[in-house]
Amino acid sequence: MAENDSRLTIETSDDITLVGFLDRNILEEATIQHIGDQISDIIDATPNPRILINFDNVDHLSSAALGMLITINNKVRHKSGQLRLANINTQIYEVFAITKLNKLFQIHSDAEKAMQSFK
Amino acid sequence: MEQSHTRKPWIIPNLLAQGVKVVKTVIEQMEPLGYSQTAQFAVRLALDEAMANAIRHGNNNDPTKHVTIEYHITEEQLQISICDEGDGFKPEQVPDPTLDENLERPCGRGVMLMNAYMTKVTFNDKGNCVTMIKRKDCPLPYVSEED
Repeated sequence: MAENDSRLTIETSDDITLVGFLDRNILEEATIQHIGDQISDIIDATPNPRILINFDNVDHLSSAALGMLITINNKVRHKSGQLRLANINTQIYEVFAITKLNKLFQIHSDAEKAMQSFK
Repeated sequence: MEQSHTRKPWIIPNLLAQGVKVVKTVIEQMEPLGYSQTAQFAVRLALDEAMANAIRHGNNNDPTKHVTIEYHITEEQLQISICDEGDGFKPEQVPDPTLDENLERPCGRGVMLMNAYMTKVTFNDKGNCVTMIKRKDCPLPYVSEED
């Protein structure tokens, strides 16, 4: 995948990096790898990363995407940062609940609540 | 007369893009047979995991290998088998990814998700061939209240 072929939207607000997905389906391994690399670059470039990943419009994801999110979470924690997930639809949330990853991630119903939760 | 779709065997090159086509084809054939959006989501999730397991782990991403798919979809249930050319694995030996000590491991959730979302999942003795059934009226997945 080309370096500039981003599948993410990335904005910054109040020192918080807001990440969104362009695709409804986060399934393909190359895409997941690329997304993980992009977010890792943000983490690497920030002393105490505060990242909000917005799942608005995401309909499907695979266990590889969950793995990518876990890796991101581990990296953020390693740098004493904070990661929040928001706007996860009911079916996707069920995947987090079944895998018990809802215990690992801080998940909020919408982006505003997630923004307010940063310390 | 009851409608159904059968394809056997469907042999594809060991490429993830080919696996995506298989998943898309199966899902497209479910909707006209009356499968709910929830059932389609479940099958898509399980099939994505099974295809990725076959291509990445079973066949070790070797493009010279193949994956063989057979399926039969009726108005009552979908049955699909996915076989790779690998040495197989023991699904019961995959660590439980929901245990606290495994939550931060980025891998190992595919088989668990297949079991959660399909009505029945069985592997052959060698462990290189999975057969999954999704009954149309199956309420899975079930997430307990404490979760």
